[in-house]
Parts: sequence; C-alpha cells; structure tokens
Amino acid sequence: MTASGVIDADALADESRRHFLLAATVATGATGVALAAAPFIASWNPSERTRALGAPTEFNVAKLEPGALAQTLWRKQPIYIVRRTPEMIASLANHDSRLKDPQSRDSEQPAYAVNATRSRNPEYLVLIGTCTHLGCLPKPRFDLARAELGADWPGGFACPCHGSRFDLAGRVFDGSPASLNLRVPPYSFADAHKLVIGVDEQTGAA
Amino acid sequence: MATVVKPPGAPAVKTGKLRAWFYKRFPIEEFISDQLVGYFAPKNFNFWYFFGVLSVVALALQLFTGIFLTMFYKPGEATSFDSVEYIMREVDWGWLIRYLHSTGASAFFVIVYLHMYRALLYGSYKTPRELLWVIGMLVYLTLMAEAFLGYVLPWGNMSYWAAQVIVNLFGTIPGIGPGLVEWIRGDYGIADATLNRFFALHVVAVPLGLLLLVLLHLVALRRTGSSNPDGIEIKERLGPDGKPLDGIPFHPYYTVKDTVGVGVFFVLLAIVVFFVPTLGGYFLEHANFEQADPFSTPPEITPSWYFTPYYAILRAVPNQRLGALLLLLAVLAYLFLPWLDRSPVKSMRYRGWLSRAFLALFTVSFLGLMYAGLNPPQGVYVMIGRICTVGYFLYFVLMPFYTNPRFDRVKPVPERLRYHAHH
Repeated sequence: MTASGVIDADALADESRRHFLLAATVATGATGVALAAAPFIASWNPSERTRALGAPTEFNVAKLEPGALAQTLWRKQPIYIVRRTPEMIASLANHDSRLKDPQSRDSEQPAYAVNATRSRNPEYLVLIGTCTHLGCLPKPRFDLARAELGADWPGGFACPCHGSRFDLAGRVFDGSPASLNLRVPPYSFADAHKLVIGVDEQTGAA
Repeated sequence: MATVVKPPGAPAVKTGKLRAWFYKRFPIEEFISDQLVGYFAPKNFNFWYFFGVLSVVALALQLFTGIFLTMFYKPGEATSFDSVEYIMREVDWGWLIRYLHSTGASAFFVIVYLHMYRALLYGSYKTPRELLWVIGMLVYLTLMAEAFLGYVLPWGNMSYWAAQVIVNLFGTIPGIGPGLVEWIRGDYGIADATLNRFFALHVVAVPLGLLLLVLLHLVALRRTGSSNPDGIEIKERLGPDGKPLDGIPFHPYYTVKDTVGVGVFFVLLAIVVFFVPTLGGYFLEHANFEQADPFSTPPEITPSWYFTPYYAILRAVPNQRLGALLLLLAVLAYLFLPWLDRSPVKSMRYRGWLSRAFLALFTVSFLGLMYAGLNPPQGVYVMIGRICTVGYFLYFVLMPFYTNPRFDRVKPVPERLRYHAHH
C-alpha cells in the first residue's frame, strides 16, 4: 500500500510465480483439448461394422480359362485373379531390366509372393487391382505389342489415369509414375479350386 | 426530435426516432461512414478490379443454391446418385438450382483466377499487402478443398475415382500415409462413410472456414486499402482535408460501378446455365452421369478444368512421391510471392522486359498445363506437361533474380495516378 491507499500491483507481483501459474494453466488446458479431440479424431476410423464387413472373400477358380482375368471385391477393393498360361509365365523372365522392382524387394506382398511369379501357384496371379500410384484400376492389356504400348509390350496392365504400366506379375515398368508393384493381398487355397482372399496361415483371418 | 448521445468523433446523425433507437445500440452509422462512404479506393480501377466483388457474389450464389440443394440431396452410397437425378428431373426448377450451383463453381474459379492474375499483373501482393495476399491464398486453398468435396457428392463414376485419386495422394506421405488414407476414408475403399463425412465438410465445416477467411481478407484490405494499376499508394498523397487526392469513396462510386459488373456476370452465367450447362464436359463431366462403380475406372480420368494445371504437374513426374510433392509445391508457391519479388516497382506498367517476359512464361505454362491436364497422359501431352512444369516453377524460383533492379530495368513511377476522366 502506498500512502494514497492505492494498491501497487506491480510491486506486489511475484513474476516467477505468475509465470509458473500461467504456464501450468496453459499446459493443463492444452492437455484437456488434446484428450477431448481424441474421440472426434477416432470417430473417423473404420467403424466396427466396416471392420466386420472386411471379412475374407471366396472365389472359385475352376471355371477361369487359361489367359483370362476375373475380378472380385474384397474390402471395397477390386481383386484381380489371372489364370496365367505357360507362355505368360515364361515371358516374365525376359524383361527384368525394364522393371523398377523386379525382385519385389520394396513392394507390398505376403512372403509367399516374393518370387519370380509373385504367387503361391505360378498359374494363378492374385492382385489388389488398384494402382499403387493413386488408386485407379489398371486395365488388362494381355495381348503382345499393342500399338499404344510399344512393339516390345510383353502383356500386362496399363493404368488409364496416369499411365503406369505393369507386367503379368503386377511388376511396375520403368517410366511409370507408380514406384511400387501392384499389391498382393493375403490369400490361400482352401482346396484345389477354392481361393480365399483375406486369409492365410500367417495372418489367420486378416 | 429525440436527442442522441453522440460519442466523440462519431459522425453527425440524422435523428429520426427509430434511427436514434438503433444508433444507440448498434454502430451502423459508423460502419457506413468508415467502411463505405469514408473508405477511399484509387480512382483508376480498371476491368481487372471487378473480380474482387464478383468473388463475393459467387460465394453468395454458392451458399444460396447449396442450401436449397441440401433440402433434396441424400448423402449415401445407395441414395446420392438417385437424389441428384431426382433434383434434376422431379423437383420443380431443381435443374436450375443444381446447374446454378455446378456452373457457379466453375464461375467462382474463373473469377478467383482472374482476381489472382490481377495481383501478379499489378504487384498487389507486395508491401504492405503481404498478409492480404496470404489470407487470399488461404481462401483459394480452402476453395479448392470445398470444390473437391462437392465434386464427390453426386456419386457419379468420376466422383468416385476423383475421390480415390485425391485421397490416395495423402498415401504418399512417408510413414503415416497408408493409415492416414484409411482414416480419411473411414473404410478400406471410398465408401458410404467417406461420402457422408465429405457431405458434412462440404456443407458445414469448409463453408464456415471460407466465410471466416473472406472476412479476414476484407479486414486486411481495410487496413492497407486497394492497390491499383499504377501500383502507387494513394495514402501517401493526401489533400488538405486529409483524404487521398487520388481516391474516391467506395460508396457510391464503386458500388455503382460494381453493380454493372455483377449484372454482366449474371448475364454470362445465365447463358451457360440455360444453353450449355455442361459446357461440353468441362463444367460437368460426361463420365459422371454414370453411377460410381468400383469395378470400372472411366477410360480417361481428368479432374475439373480448374484443377488440371496441378494434375498435369502430378502426371509429368515419373515418380510417385516426387509428383505429389511438386503438386503440393505448385499450389503453395504463390504464398511466397511477396518475399520472392525483389522489384522496387509494383505494377508491370513500370517494370522492365525481364519481369514481363517471366509473367508471360508463367501465363503460357499455366494454360499449357491446363491443356495437358485435360488430355490423356500419353505422347505429346506428357511432353507439354513436362515443359510447362519447368516454366511454371522457373517463374517462382528465378523471381528473386529477374525482379532484381540490377537486371530488370524499371521505369520511373509517376507521383500521381495516371487517370483520364471520361466525359
């Protein structure tokens, strides 16, 4: 108190105490905001129902002709199933030098698809049909030497959106905007013809 | 006559009873005197200066028509496409409301691009208007988000695949990418959950942000005042009454002039809405008249025309991450213009041929990218895309050098605005 009876707040203030209280209040408030935000952020995750609907899909390959492509849907993603002819399988060995990731070292696939044909059984190619670039569907272009794909086109997939190209094992060609091979989903054969997508011995029901 | 307690410095108020009642409780008189009649704008505004007010008109049109569309549209995988067809065929005048909204979106971008180009032409982003420019660019980025979200809602096949491609762009972020994409979609693919959250963002969240940013843009404009084609600060030449010698009150002079511009805008809008509402597939793409189909990518995916320059940059790069990164840089580059530009002169009228040549390069590159992005990613279009990508970025990267007055011979800027009165 000064002589005039007015409180001099500045003289009474304990600056370091004020600073501490201010910092503690801000920190507590910020923690509260972060915790309160968590449920709202989590609400955008796939819901329980969505996760339940992501169950494995079965597909019978018995009626698939050699050289033909079938499509099915697993987890809202188109699955490509190709029954490769012996010529198609043999052609895979001829263009490693034109591929970005011929050994599938950087690409996404189960361990049993890290091989020359990227498959459990070379006859059946199973791929997630969305381009690894930005998710369009590469179109099947199985005939050789197509005009718009060049005289040395060995057959494969070409994406209409941004021009990425893949061979008959889903491996990406040089010059594509995509950097990785088409993804292989987890899959297994329940019997000789029953393909189950989304489940294998390593993951169980993925 | 009622008596009014007049705050110090407040304008003289005509004291009608009702008016006095309001004046005591709400500062409407101050708003008119400070922001309209007492707000001075340079007297030499030309054609380019219509686009500021027109963008506010376009925003109002989108909000108004959008509210009505919301009354009939039903978001959802099973209902979206049908409800848009319902609006088009069965709601009285529904087609008009929807075409006004879809054409209005393209018109909004035409206006905003011309508004931005005006700033490049006359150096409107330079000191002291850096923050005005940055807020304006945030408006532009928010508008792009709003347009993309709205594009998905009709749930046509192009909506679906555009959503697929754009959302997957977030997947290129190292580490968190794949998880982030799943979080945005709320499903393993673009699905019902995605559509519903995009609806919420498009009609509530993003418009609120847009309105707030536009308000901040106008607040920043009130501090600095408008630039003008000569790039001279009118506040530096005041008359004896303290008002800018080269300024005229915004109201009534520019409100009347702008009314004419707004009229012309609505005539042009009506011509498109009534005679060519899809504009040959540029304003509404033909592939979007088919329902979303996760088994079938349209033969050629092109985004709306106003995104194609950036899309062409994305496609020009044969590497996924680098392409996405260049796209991001291309959009964000404008934010840095006030600090890249070293010229002592604002307007192109007084800059040398180097600055003008680079603005011409940018113009050609931007239009070239737009052209390339509207065409399939093959042959000559990829080449055009690559050359124009280089041109686009050279405009920004070399700016500190070619705007340097040691290289760019600027002309002397006059003391007062160049202005010829019309008789």
